[in-house]
Amino acid sequence: MKGRAIVLPENIDTDIIIPTQYMTLPTVRRMCSYAFSPLRPELAATVRRGDILVAGKNFGCGSSREQAPEIIRELGFACVIAESFARIFYRNALTNGLLVLEVPGIAAGVKEGDIITVDMEYNKILTPDGGRYGFAAIPDRLAAMLEAGGLVNYYKKLNRAAS
Amino acid sequence: MGMTITEKILARASGNGTIRPGQIIEAGIDWLMTNDATTHVSVDLFHNRVKRGRVFCPEKTVFIIDHNVPSESTNTTRVQNIMRSFAREHGCPLHDGDGVCHQLMVENYVSPGQVVIAADSHTPTMGALGAFGAGVGSTDFTAAMVTGRIWLMVPHTLRFDLTGRFKKGVYARDLILTIIGDIGSDGAVYKAMEFGGPAAAGLTIDDRMVLCNMAAEAGAKNSIIEPDQTVKAYLEGRRGSAAEDAYLQSDPDCTYEHVYSYNLGDIEPVVAQPHFVHNRTAATELKQRNIRIDQGFIGSCSNGRIEELRTAAALLQGRKIHPGTKLLITPASRAVQLEALREGLVEIFMEAGAMVLNPNCSVCWGACQGVLGPGETMISTGTRNFKGRAGSPDSSVYLASAATVAVSCLEGRITDPRAYVQEALI
Repeated sequence: MKGRAIVLPENIDTDIIIPTQYMTLPTVRRMCSYAFSPLRPELAATVRRGDILVAGKNFGCGSSREQAPEIIRELGFACVIAESFARIFYRNALTNGLLVLEVPGIAAGVKEGDIITVDMEYNKILTPDGGRYGFAAIPDRLAAMLEAGGLVNYYKKLNRAAS
Repeated sequence: MGMTITEKILARASGNGTIRPGQIIEAGIDWLMTNDATTHVSVDLFHNRVKRGRVFCPEKTVFIIDHNVPSESTNTTRVQNIMRSFAREHGCPLHDGDGVCHQLMVENYVSPGQVVIAADSHTPTMGALGAFGAGVGSTDFTAAMVTGRIWLMVPHTLRFDLTGRFKKGVYARDLILTIIGDIGSDGAVYKAMEFGGPAAAGLTIDDRMVLCNMAAEAGAKNSIIEPDQTVKAYLEGRRGSAAEDAYLQSDPDCTYEHVYSYNLGDIEPVVAQPHFVHNRTAATELKQRNIRIDQGFIGSCSNGRIEELRTAAALLQGRKIHPGTKLLITPASRAVQLEALREGLVEIFMEAGAMVLNPNCSVCWGACQGVLGPGETMISTGTRNFKGRAGSPDSSVYLASAATVAVSCLEGRITDPRAYVQEALI
């Protein structure tokens, strides 16, 4: 997988990803235009399908709002790569079939606009200046859920297999 | 090899003898809870993605309307009505304006040793009673509501050994803001925070809730204090105590990832500055900087309980709030508000010029009361001070104890509560 990097700092919280006042909008699509608005109001309009979000540590800290990973997926991001993730965000991302990779050292090695390569076979990220960043494999059960496209599809698959 | 209390609870809930951090388990759930911030998403999933769906155990699936109470818009009412209808149709307990969800779960439902899964990030609060509480999103919640089970990765535990006693004017709120300042807002990500040591026995249930609640702001999966006589007495006064074997303790030979030690006597009144909870500084230092405030807030699942209200009342009694400042007070539950009313605290607040509001999440999450405008500054006992959390992205939120908020509202600027506490003889 290859994509253009959009780079954000550390501690991106869920109120930045989607401010509270837009959470009762009827669809995630409608919420998308307000994504990241407290920090980068222009960002939502400039994302192209297949872009990769790169961030520092503790990405997604704050509330349990599931709209946060849904919006990131809906905007067209192929995955989120961060130094580390807040746990509820990480869980919500996998549950919704959004690929999230914890990659130590990545924040300092990527700048906005870089085309980066995500190698899921060898678990590493390649950057234009020749940087290589390894990451730990996602545990089997979670990888299966991700592959199925999220928790609901994973359960459907299990139920089909059982019946 | 022994286990921590968190590992023991999860071992019991998953039918395992021994479990280890990092292991993925499938746990049974004692209580599920969801509130009006996100329940409509779960109900929508239930209706559209679950075939022949039913709620696994309706009487243990609690619906709480607390985030926008009373409703401020037709859209909010529409969303809340989805929740009301669902709870009634399926026979789930429904609380409508009774208080903030975590407060109600502790007051009415949870017991030591139980597993609580809720669609809200501050669910670690349940650890105040010696229970495991973790927050999840709407899809995980819906799956748990239908199956009665959830997958969990067993967390590593960070132990916080507490000794000594707080000095006057210093509270559990100052301790947890100090700890988060030390370990960072990602200092406990994926981990359990366990508070113990000789000083833990002296902590009230209100104190314990403050510590466990804010563990979420260090990224903790759950937070816990080994249940003791204080928990037993609290439960006996309400709904009867749990079975003896539910009062689990960490084994002496259990493994902690790290042990931190805090002497409560070393803690000072502190304030978390915008826009991060770990951005801690001494209240006395901010006093020098003369930071003018437009609004104070005492309330939320973090700090809206009777002990905090008593402290605030003792400091506000016979005084007037600064003319350029507003003070909003929202007790954490109807029970707390009634207690405050009976003790005469509400009268003191109103005489001082505060607005006493109904129990709800209020401006802590910036949606329905006291929302901040551009350039405004608030000092708050709420849970978070993220950019835009309480309204405009150009507003600022400082987090502090109820005492620091109360005295800052008297002066119209952030100040240190200790001089006032000396004078008030509390």
